[in-house]
Amino acid sequence: MANIQELEAFVTQVRRDIVRQVHKVNSGHPGGSLGCAEFLVALYQEVMERKEGFDMNGIEEDLFFLSNGHISPVFYSVLARSGYFPVEELNTFRLLNSRLQGHPTTHEGLPGIRMASGSLGQGISVAIGAAEAKKLNGDRHLVYALCGDGELQEGQNWEAIMYAAGNQVDNLIVSIDLNGQQIDGATDNVLPMGNIKAKFEAFGWDVISIAKGNDVASIIDGLNKAKSHSGNGKPICVLLHTIMGNGVDFMMHTHAWHGKAPNDEQLESALAQNAETLGDY
Amino acid sequence: MKEYKDTGKKDTRSGFGAGLTELGKTNDNVVALCADLTGSLKMDEFKANHPERFYQVGIAEANMIGMAAGMTIGGKIPFTGTFANFSTGRVYDQIRQSVAYSGKNVKICASHAGITLGEDGATHQILEDIGLMKMLPGMTVINTCDYNQTKAATLAIAKHDGPVYLRFGRPKVANFTPENGDFEIGKAVKLQEGTDVTIVATGHLVWEALEAAKTLNDQGLSAAVINIHTIKPLDANAIINSVKTTGCVVTAEEHNYMGGLGESVARILSENHPTPQEFVATKDTFGESGTPNQLMEKYGLNAEAIVNAAKKVVARK
Repeated sequence: MANIQELEAFVTQVRRDIVRQVHKVNSGHPGGSLGCAEFLVALYQEVMERKEGFDMNGIEEDLFFLSNGHISPVFYSVLARSGYFPVEELNTFRLLNSRLQGHPTTHEGLPGIRMASGSLGQGISVAIGAAEAKKLNGDRHLVYALCGDGELQEGQNWEAIMYAAGNQVDNLIVSIDLNGQQIDGATDNVLPMGNIKAKFEAFGWDVISIAKGNDVASIIDGLNKAKSHSGNGKPICVLLHTIMGNGVDFMMHTHAWHGKAPNDEQLESALAQNAETLGDY
Repeated sequence: MKEYKDTGKKDTRSGFGAGLTELGKTNDNVVALCADLTGSLKMDEFKANHPERFYQVGIAEANMIGMAAGMTIGGKIPFTGTFANFSTGRVYDQIRQSVAYSGKNVKICASHAGITLGEDGATHQILEDIGLMKMLPGMTVINTCDYNQTKAATLAIAKHDGPVYLRFGRPKVANFTPENGDFEIGKAVKLQEGTDVTIVATGHLVWEALEAAKTLNDQGLSAAVINIHTIKPLDANAIINSVKTTGCVVTAEEHNYMGGLGESVARILSENHPTPQEFVATKDTFGESGTPNQLMEKYGLNAEAIVNAAKKVVARK
């Protein structure tokens, strides 16, 4: 296992990348990105079995699908710093002619991306398809996906959740970013979803909770537990309890920074809270 | 005039089923997904032969499209099957983002297209699907005319790398194209040469166009007939070259005149060779219950309607 301190240092750099990308173009989604920084760093740096380089089919390696595509700043930062494309390219986030579109896409050929996402609720279905293809190919590797909690309001998810349990798609680990926030406010105020754990269990999933979803060691423990449960006839759901905006004090515990960029002064404050560890792009 | 013989009426969906059965035997990467309409789509034989490559998703079309997109990652060639209405309008955003924008090699196979599914009525009779699909960048749109051509198209699209919408139907219609014929995506088939009017038809209205050409010939009008099985990419040269001789065109399709083949033809002609055009199509309306023949007559989608449109457009030259 990688040194936890090294991974935490990786995370502070990713946080810097997130706020700098969004600040530069005065648009993008920092809140959810910051909340999932530890998760994506743990996944790409520690948990997933990945091959060198990138090919679309991803045979004989683990795959990841980001369903809540609006947290592209964290995805781009982790992909770049995991070697999929040059870190300097983060400078082009949301600019004309960039491969780093506002929401992730395969359309511009950015390595590391296997599906477009942004219109919500589609990622679990795609991940199930990829997981079924792995089974047909005799490929024992796993398929991971991440969804927002508010995203679960989209009906397609529940079609997919029903299918995966009914068809024993047990090489699939879907994490839910449970930050309790969405654009219009708290998920409980916008459209209460009740007990999400009980819902997944009622649909026949194996549910694992990570109470400290912004703690790298807890995430690694939880995901390793999820991996160990794979192949047992049930799809696996990881409930990742996160804090939106984590690591930047004025962005934490609120939906206000869902889709809003910091100004110059706020950027300075955010960067002061997160040391440059791997070198800014 | 060339003679075309109906070798016996057959449903185009059975042509799809036969093609899929053959693909199952010849291409291990072909997988099939169905949303609770296995019998209607004639996918039973593929399912029986290859249960491990057949995915019953239940009445959940959105998940089916997403799964199909995901299965391409790993090299599979997914064929999805449900009615045209549920293959397009119900899942437009899933097709747009997960298939078309993501550039996935998914074959969306749609039966019961248009008004001729008959008695079920307008809830199931989509007349907007060609428009919906042709507007998606990168999407190939195919509407086959008979059993043989549907089987040939099913085989051909497996070899094409990219998303395809394949449209066919429920009623038994004339089967007149060659058995085991070639199918070249994007290549129009000239069925009759003519000098007075060009009839550009798609789907089972191609047979109606051939019948109309005979009637027109008896009445002293020479009609060219072009079978457009691929609406996108459209074989513009075949249409323009014919129209340069005839000077007018009738388009015929079982679809709304907004968004269908007719509008695609009008666009390429207005850009290249402005020409009087008449549209044999539904006119911005929903369908209704009835037998296929009753509906084709009421909504002006048969040989008689094509004859009348041809006379009208010739008079406008």
